[in-house]
Amino acid sequence: MSFDFDRVELSDLSRHFGRRKAVARVSLSLSAGDILGLLGPNGAGKSTLLGMLATLVAPTSGRVTYGGVNASERGQEIRARIGVLAHELHLYPELTARQNLEFFASLHGLADGTMVQTALESAALGDRGEDQVASFSRGMRQRLALERCLLHRPRLVLLDEPFTGLDDRAVRIVADRIRRIASEGAIVVLATHDLDVADGLITRMAVVRAGKLLTDAAIGSGVRQQYRALVESA
Amino acid sequence: MRFLRIAWLVLRKDVAIELRSYEILSTTLFFAVACVAIFSFAFVREGQAPVDAAAGILWIAIAFSGTLALGRTFERERYGETLKALLLAPAPRPAIYLGKLLGIVALLFATEVIVVPMVAFLFSAPFFSRPGLLVALLGLGTIGYAAVGTLFAAMLVRARTRDVMLPILLYPITIPVIIAGVRGTSALLASPVDEPVAMLWIGLLSFFDVVFVTLSLWTFEPLMTE
Repeated sequence: MSFDFDRVELSDLSRHFGRRKAVARVSLSLSAGDILGLLGPNGAGKSTLLGMLATLVAPTSGRVTYGGVNASERGQEIRARIGVLAHELHLYPELTARQNLEFFASLHGLADGTMVQTALESAALGDRGEDQVASFSRGMRQRLALERCLLHRPRLVLLDEPFTGLDDRAVRIVADRIRRIASEGAIVVLATHDLDVADGLITRMAVVRAGKLLTDAAIGSGVRQQYRALVESA
Repeated sequence: MRFLRIAWLVLRKDVAIELRSYEILSTTLFFAVACVAIFSFAFVREGQAPVDAAAGILWIAIAFSGTLALGRTFERERYGETLKALLLAPAPRPAIYLGKLLGIVALLFATEVIVVPMVAFLFSAPFFSRPGLLVALLGLGTIGYAAVGTLFAAMLVRARTRDVMLPILLYPITIPVIIAGVRGTSALLASPVDEPVAMLWIGLLSFFDVVFVTLSLWTFEPLMTE
């Protein structure tokens, strides 16, 4: 039985780079089905927080547990359940779309060719599988990168600005995809500046500013109004 | 088994990318050939070259072109931050290091296939009198150099000053490998061939390889975690 979890806990999590506190004493609890919007201005600490959740950045203090298990104990098994879409898309432009997906699937120990074809079709790139990624537009790359990060059906999905460079139609497709994976039990953390897209998509909102968590709340009214009220009152 | 499979996947991916453009191989080869050609203009007079120069020039060409190959290989992983994607895979991170190391070694071997005969021809150096010893010296020297280089190039991938820092860090640590390579190769050029001395340097290179590869495999994971 492979390792799985349905909760992620951040306890008093901090990360300092020299004297700069990128993340300061953040505590959060995430459950299967959550779509957490990680909101905040540039340099607020969102990417560092995502890096710590992804096990790429070691916390200075505090800890992240995945179903009660620390990444230092079962790092590989935890990483097998995490999917990351970063601002840089983690794709090799020299390879074709299919080669990219096949490579990352192989790293996850998946060798199912139909899964790669399904992923290409989900990215609306079913007929472009043999084309080099270098020839794709930003939007096409973004969709491919999203499918790459979802190939292994991760439990924890970390998305850093997933709507960058997408037109309205592509935004809707990606937003629907995010809703679907959350409804299937994934925990989605979505760092974004785009409050309009976040509105109606995220189920919880965590506002980060200067490394500190201002709030972690379920979404009641519109995201923009709640965000503005929080930032102004902080 | 999974460890070797991951290393193989990373190596195969690097080869597939290189076969699409030949970008790194061609620049590395061009640099090494230019280096040897310039030295030949400087040292060869009326068809006569200093006896020991060939060994030094061969290793200088390998070391300098190796630095270029290391930089370019990891520049590819920096674009799109694919190195992060590799580190996020549920795979032993030292296996990723091994895959990258094998890719660099393969590139340098391909360069040596052209550069060694060129040095032999331009400097009238009898490299091929003991081909087995030559292959051992080049193979072990290349692995030792690439082992340290791969670790440092991976570490520096996010540093803005990586192009400056890589040689500054790499050359002092790999000096013993270069010296062993040069002295061992010089022993092959002696007349008659000084086989015991060549074997001594091969033994020393083997020791350096074991130390450098082991240390690099051991430190790769902590060094790559921010």
